[in-house]
Amino acid sequence: MRHGKYPFVIGFLFAPVTLYVVFVIAPYAQAFQISMTNWRGLSAPQWVGFDNYRRLLDDGRFWQAVQHHGVLLLALPLITIAIALFFAFLLNVGGRSVGGQRQGVRGAKFYRVVFFFPQVLAVAIIAVLFQMVYRPNESGLINGVLMKIGLDPVLFLIRPNLALWSIIAVLVWQAVGFYVVLFSAGMASIPGEIYEAAEMDGASKVMLFFRVTLPLLWDTLQVAWVYLGIAAFDAFAIVAVLSVDSGGPDGATTVLAVEIYRNAFVYSKYGYASAMGVALFFLTLTFAALTLRLTKRESVEY
Amino acid sequence: MAAQTTLPPASADTPPDRPAIPARRARGEHHEVRLFSGLGQLALAVWAVIVIVPILWTFLAAFKNTGEIFSSPWTLPAELRWENFGRAWTKAHVGRYFLNSVFVVSCSTFGTMLLGSMAAYVLARYKFRGNRAIYYLFVSGLAFPVFLALVPLFFVVRNLGLLDTHTGVILVYIAYSLPFTIFFLAAFFRTLPNSVAEAGMIDGCSHTRLFFQVMLPMAKPGLISVAIFNIIGQWAQYQLPLVLLSNAKDKWVLTQGIADISVNAGYEADWSGLFAALTIAILPMILVYAIFQRQIQSGLTSGAVK
Repeated sequence: MRHGKYPFVIGFLFAPVTLYVVFVIAPYAQAFQISMTNWRGLSAPQWVGFDNYRRLLDDGRFWQAVQHHGVLLLALPLITIAIALFFAFLLNVGGRSVGGQRQGVRGAKFYRVVFFFPQVLAVAIIAVLFQMVYRPNESGLINGVLMKIGLDPVLFLIRPNLALWSIIAVLVWQAVGFYVVLFSAGMASIPGEIYEAAEMDGASKVMLFFRVTLPLLWDTLQVAWVYLGIAAFDAFAIVAVLSVDSGGPDGATTVLAVEIYRNAFVYSKYGYASAMGVALFFLTLTFAALTLRLTKRESVEY
Repeated sequence: MAAQTTLPPASADTPPDRPAIPARRARGEHHEVRLFSGLGQLALAVWAVIVIVPILWTFLAAFKNTGEIFSSPWTLPAELRWENFGRAWTKAHVGRYFLNSVFVVSCSTFGTMLLGSMAAYVLARYKFRGNRAIYYLFVSGLAFPVFLALVPLFFVVRNLGLLDTHTGVILVYIAYSLPFTIFFLAAFFRTLPNSVAEAGMIDGCSHTRLFFQVMLPMAKPGLISVAIFNIIGQWAQYQLPLVLLSNAKDKWVLTQGIADISVNAGYEADWSGLFAALTIAILPMILVYAIFQRQIQSGLTSGAVK
């Protein structure tokens, strides 16, 4: 064995492990414990077993939030991936082939740079930006135009059945660029000869997309779905800042993260909030396991 | 295009040595390419407008006064009212929030990179009992939502006397950035050649010197990717500072500051001040992005690309 290995190993691991155990592992472990108590921060916590979880089952807000996660979980990945795939295909193989080399459409570089930019901005900042865009009177970006041409303003964030979709639109607005770049990287690794061979067999652009690009990109798509799914289970910053009353109107946009925050730091119901946290954890875990299970299939070697 | 799409899927597999079909296809192909890239170009241009216009519109509104914002939201400002920015910077404290963010993220990213690379290096290249256990302890952190830990974390930080301090936020940022940093860098350190490390050891290099003077410089591309990933992630943090700094307004970071200004703008009817504050928050990101665009794109997507 090399001389003085253990002091070195311990010296290098001590600080990161300590920090990680104190601020990450210990809180996670305690969350399960606190969720079994009626702790409200003042007196000592009392053990109440699964009472918090039973109350969770009767809590309309909780189910509302879970339902919104369901909508987000389907809509966010589907819309984002569809748009991003279309754009990535255009930018990489949409143009004509020059000298056997597949080309993207004109201005591909510019579009990639512009589309990706929202990813660099903080979600909280974007939420404030879209508060302005969605304003319900003539000072809003969209309603300013609608009212100029004599239409009624659209109450994006105020109408309950429109509010969640207005928020999803913002999430898509931010995410598309990231996935365009991600899919572009995946498409770049597909050899050009495959496209050439398919074209020689008379495949159209649309067929190229569905029969060549899509199957060969399967792994990347799976990663994208998991990423967007995880984003769908968070959504705290966007809902907390953009929606009316943080999750309103009347809970029409609420998500679990917002309810956890509200129960813990507004109502001081620490036990109940932790039970919601545990529920969120198991939902996330179920989603990840299901996705990996359902999307598993023979990967194509090339 | 329609004729092409309705072709039975089996035709992709038919050998191309049937003369009639390819001939017809060649003409259709040409037409289809033009239509496809025409529609495609249009879609791309529309999306570019959708991305750019809200941001540009914010910049313009930052120079208007409240009357103009309401009466003519789509026109250029009548005059450049720089005082909106002065008001946002000092009276709304955007300046302080901005500098707080710079301070917190500088410290936390430096700490994350230092501690993360140290742990990743040891875990990737040294054999000892418990190595795998510690590695999986870190990596399992990737699977947990932060919201599960939020309540206990608040009390851990409070009991350490770090609530409403930058130290507390920085330590928490580092701790929550370690799983991805270690996961990514450990994979990177494993790919570095053994020969260089062995040569260093023969020359009498200590383990510590070997790490800082040989291995770390070799890992530079990986370090840059992860550093960008962490800077952007920590800069965008909203929920953690909201919980950990709630009672110390002078210590707030930019995200929570801007969100707070947007609430107050409604009461004070200072919309131009809010637009100016937003501009101050967005403009530096455009500059940074313009300079490091390539590195940022590869840094952020590095986690997902195999």
